[in-house]
Amino acid sequence: MIDGLVFKAGGWLALALLALVAAALAVDAPFAVHMVIVAVACLTALWFAVSRADYGVAARGVLQSPADERVYDDDPIRWGVIATLFWGVAGMAAGLFIALQLAFPALNLNLEYTTFGRLRPLHTSAVIFAFGGNALIATSYYVVQRTCRARLAFPTLARFVFWGYQLFIVLAATGYLMGVTAAKEYAEPEWYVDLWLTIVWVAYLVVFVGTIVKRREPHIYVANWFYLSFIITIAMLHIVNNLALPASLLGSKSYAAFAGVQDALTQWWYGHNAVGFFLTAGFLAMMYYFVPKQAERPVYSYRLSILHFWSLIFLYIWAGPHHLHYTALPDWAQTLGMVFSIILWMPSWGGMINGLMTLNGAWDKIRTDPIIRMMVMALAFYGMSTFEGPMMSIKWVNSMSHYTDWTIGHVHSGALGWNGMITFACVYYLVPRLWGRPRLYSLRLVNWHFWLATVGIVFYAASMWVAGIMQGLMWREYGADGYLVYSFVESVAAMHPMYLIRAAGGAMYLAGFLIMVFNVWATLSGRVRAEKPMTETPYNAAADRPLAPVPAE
Amino acid sequence: MNYNDLRHFADSWGLLAMAILFLGLVAWPFRKGARHRNEEAARMIFKDDEHG
Repeated sequence: MIDGLVFKAGGWLALALLALVAAALAVDAPFAVHMVIVAVACLTALWFAVSRADYGVAARGVLQSPADERVYDDDPIRWGVIATLFWGVAGMAAGLFIALQLAFPALNLNLEYTTFGRLRPLHTSAVIFAFGGNALIATSYYVVQRTCRARLAFPTLARFVFWGYQLFIVLAATGYLMGVTAAKEYAEPEWYVDLWLTIVWVAYLVVFVGTIVKRREPHIYVANWFYLSFIITIAMLHIVNNLALPASLLGSKSYAAFAGVQDALTQWWYGHNAVGFFLTAGFLAMMYYFVPKQAERPVYSYRLSILHFWSLIFLYIWAGPHHLHYTALPDWAQTLGMVFSIILWMPSWGGMINGLMTLNGAWDKIRTDPIIRMMVMALAFYGMSTFEGPMMSIKWVNSMSHYTDWTIGHVHSGALGWNGMITFACVYYLVPRLWGRPRLYSLRLVNWHFWLATVGIVFYAASMWVAGIMQGLMWREYGADGYLVYSFVESVAAMHPMYLIRAAGGAMYLAGFLIMVFNVWATLSGRVRAEKPMTETPYNAAADRPLAPVPAE
Repeated sequence: MNYNDLRHFADSWGLLAMAILFLGLVAWPFRKGARHRNEEAARMIFKDDEHG
């Protein structure tokens, strides 16, 4: 026992020293900074290994008692919920800041670290991979245990996944600020950070599959299918798209294995399926468990959920080329991407209808339960953005919409409306249950969050539609003599009011999220707000009686 | 096996195999006698009593 502890502590120390040696020998400054961060992480792990060890048990020379298989392993889920909120604040605040930078360029602060180009990947990675990723890992640990009715497999590995993923986020985010980038959208981290994520992700797969293998339920509930497809597909996409050769084993620069149009297609095969399997399949897994649980009724059609699953699996993977319309990509490949994107509309709406119809017979809950209302709004935005996406993938529409802010609006109606809202609803569901509280601190604050977020999205999406269509039309406007009517900077100047409206929408969305953080914090500290319930049962005893016959005069 | 062989395989037997596999997987829950199993699977998440 003590031998094991010495071995573990020595291992962490050796890793920390190795990282410090790498920092000393680094060929560029950002790599050195990253290796110092890794060394600090190793020393922190060493500190916890030594200070948290059970010396009493070790001294008596008995083995540590195994984990209690009769209770679920919820610690990593609690950490994941808190990490979701923490990274959500960071990512959304960064988003608001860069939205204001577009309206007021002086906010770039004339510093290389705070330019739009460096903060933009910080924002996208923080909201997608840090906020969304932590929500996915936490909810998947929760759902796989409850639906398999088994304690999480490999508890140490499950904790490694959580902390390893946080280290990945820190390395990626600090890298962006220092200008380290692989220059692939949504896959910006450099080769060593990619390798680290691969290790963490394989560990995640082992924990998830291990729990399914030891399940006590014969059937694997459909939410787990979606989670598993998300984990496997992201592993595949991440590895293939990030194949690269480092310029030096002690430097942060690498060169992609592919070049030219092959590189572009690989990138958007990755990029679109990251949307399909990270932001869609993973969050649909949340939907298929938490919407029925919150509504207290089974999913509308289990068969439809399986149809939904296989259709997404077989169709999504082909849609990537719609990001490369009118490029050097062969025409047939562009058309293939467009056709599959349009076909995808059907399963997406099947899934949306399945989620919404789960409320069939309990529609009043939309009025009385703000968490259900959030879920319904999330599904509505899932439906809207999966309609908008196929429409924008049509070449004729894309020739106008591509490279404009319409794309940004589309992404945010999906990300804020679908991913954000369903995550909020799931966190509101989880918090009282994970921390053993009677209920949330305040349901009325959930209601405030709902309306701030919804109105914020409307401002955001509507202003970006106007901005995008205006940009697209201005860029392609030819005069009678065959010259472009507008210079590019004129189209930028015309965007200013829309950028202000967008920033206002983003500020509202962030304000709603801060209300959520307060609500969760108050719930954790054990407070329950005395407030009027969201619904009452109207009853008038005086009116509730038969009309007595009145004798004629 | 070069690019052309792979391409011809992909747009003939590969395509057919994928299409049959897809249709089979989608048809499976709609087979006769699956209704009860589907309903049971959908209700399974409510058997959990530890967390309501």
